[in-house]
Amino acid sequence: MSVVTQTEPAATTENVAPAREWRPPSYWPFVIPALVVVLAVIIFPWVFTIWMSMQEWKVGSPTTFVGLANYLRLPTDPRFVEAVGHTLSYTALSVLLPLVFGTLAAVVFHQKFAARGFLRGIFIMPMMATPVAIALVWTMMFHPQLGVLNYLLSLVGLPPQLWVFNPTTVIPSLVLVETWQWTPLVMLIVLGGLAAIPTEPYESAQIDGANFWQVFRFITLPLIMPFLFIAGMIRMIDAVKSFDIIFAITQGGPGSASETINVYLYSVAFVYYDLGYGSAIAVVFFLLIVALAALLLYLRKRLLWTSQLGSDA
Amino acid sequence: MNPRYILGRIGLWLSVFVIVSPAILFFLWMGSLSLKFEIDNASYPPVFFPEHIAWKNYADVFASNRFLTYFTNSLVVTGCATALAMLVGVPAGYGIARMAAHKSAIVILIARITPGLSYLIPLFLLFQWLGLLGTLVPQIIIHLVVTVPIVIWIMIGYFETTPLELEEAALIDGATRWQVFRHVALPIARPGLAVAFILAVIFSWNNFVFGIVLAGRETRTLPVAVYNMISFDQLSWGPLAAAALIVTAPVLLLTVMAQRQIVAGLTAGAVKGG
Repeated sequence: MSVVTQTEPAATTENVAPAREWRPPSYWPFVIPALVVVLAVIIFPWVFTIWMSMQEWKVGSPTTFVGLANYLRLPTDPRFVEAVGHTLSYTALSVLLPLVFGTLAAVVFHQKFAARGFLRGIFIMPMMATPVAIALVWTMMFHPQLGVLNYLLSLVGLPPQLWVFNPTTVIPSLVLVETWQWTPLVMLIVLGGLAAIPTEPYESAQIDGANFWQVFRFITLPLIMPFLFIAGMIRMIDAVKSFDIIFAITQGGPGSASETINVYLYSVAFVYYDLGYGSAIAVVFFLLIVALAALLLYLRKRLLWTSQLGSDA
Repeated sequence: MNPRYILGRIGLWLSVFVIVSPAILFFLWMGSLSLKFEIDNASYPPVFFPEHIAWKNYADVFASNRFLTYFTNSLVVTGCATALAMLVGVPAGYGIARMAAHKSAIVILIARITPGLSYLIPLFLLFQWLGLLGTLVPQIIIHLVVTVPIVIWIMIGYFETTPLELEEAALIDGATRWQVFRHVALPIARPGLAVAFILAVIFSWNNFVFGIVLAGRETRTLPVAVYNMISFDQLSWGPLAAAALIVTAPVLLLTVMAQRQIVAGLTAGAVKGG
């Protein structure tokens, strides 16, 4: 998850070793207030959600225990199945595009140039800005008649688009916003990776007369792989959960063309007030995110293994 | 100054320009929308620099009777949620770092992975049962879901890098653990406190999903208020853009002013709430 825990195990054990003698229970008072808060707002909701997911629970009517019925309803609910599809395609695009653009941007920001800090501050503004405010302006820019995007397309001779008003282009259009917003985070993580690369490989590559692309492909890219992986993981978790942008721009529409699991979860729980079913969706949603994360971890292991095999041969 | 170097510089600046322009152009366009009268906003091809500047869009937003309420709500929710998070999160980060209880970080990881909406269902029922809906308390409490993990996560990372020698010396001299924390560890960790504080403020201020469920007419925070304006008057773009810019302006200012701290915090913790 974090760059710190990845790179620092050696330093940590060194620091902590002398602390061992005066460690036990006396540090607990520092942690207890936070523990109470975490129990109340994080653990309790979790346990309660699992319990609720096994109830028929609609606001205003009595609750009954129904076991796994809510879960069994999921695969037969066409809206849920569709939402899973939308979520997966939205996520795949929203991981890949920021990874590509973020890496390119990091390579550029790794160079030295005037006002670099200030420009980096400008560059990260999209991800810090209030998502709803951003979404509002993008909605205006997507407007088929008056939007500035269709004007820009017309400047390069492309036909006008319906953007978020067309079921086939709504997800790519939303991914455009997501990419614009989150490329900076990938850039920052990869930039941290570039800063940690030693200079020796570059010096020997220069002596060997490698060109820019070869240097990037055979030295930079393998060395920043761990950071790209972390960035991809974080991006995946955020893209799957993406809500503000989608909800504020399309509310899942047109029809249900951009309804992701999170948006559907909102409708079930807080529009139809079907809290039991909503809880079941929340649990499955969480498991899906964990499964995707596990898949990425597995892919990385496989990748490491094959690359080692390659170097042995 | 060989030609190859100059060519390289030109290429570099060209790439910098290409990379930064989506952000710059977007916010310039946002500003342009917010400063135009409807006639300019509804014209095609679009007008970038209007002949008459509509300062009145901003005046309208500030003059609308509820704006001040929503602004105060945002301040109270973000202020309380951040203050409480610092109060419990900073000592917790210290304790976890000193106990080397890295496994406890898994809770924070789970909090990071869990979609914000799944906290909302049980807490919504709880607040309803406690009769707290209609006040700002539910939003303050649920914003802790965002702020507490950020603060703990960043402070663990920070206290792990601060030297132990001073603390040991203070303990040998007879200071209590609380005194050591208060007078030795805390002052050293001040940059970390700033990072945790800034990020907690930003992510709490930006939060939208908790508000749309828990906020009533009188308890909306600014992002929720702006969202409600969209559905309300779809067609007056000027005041809408002005409102959007006002909502996000504090965050943008903070980003540019404290970009060093924000970059440090995001690359170390890479946490985001919600």
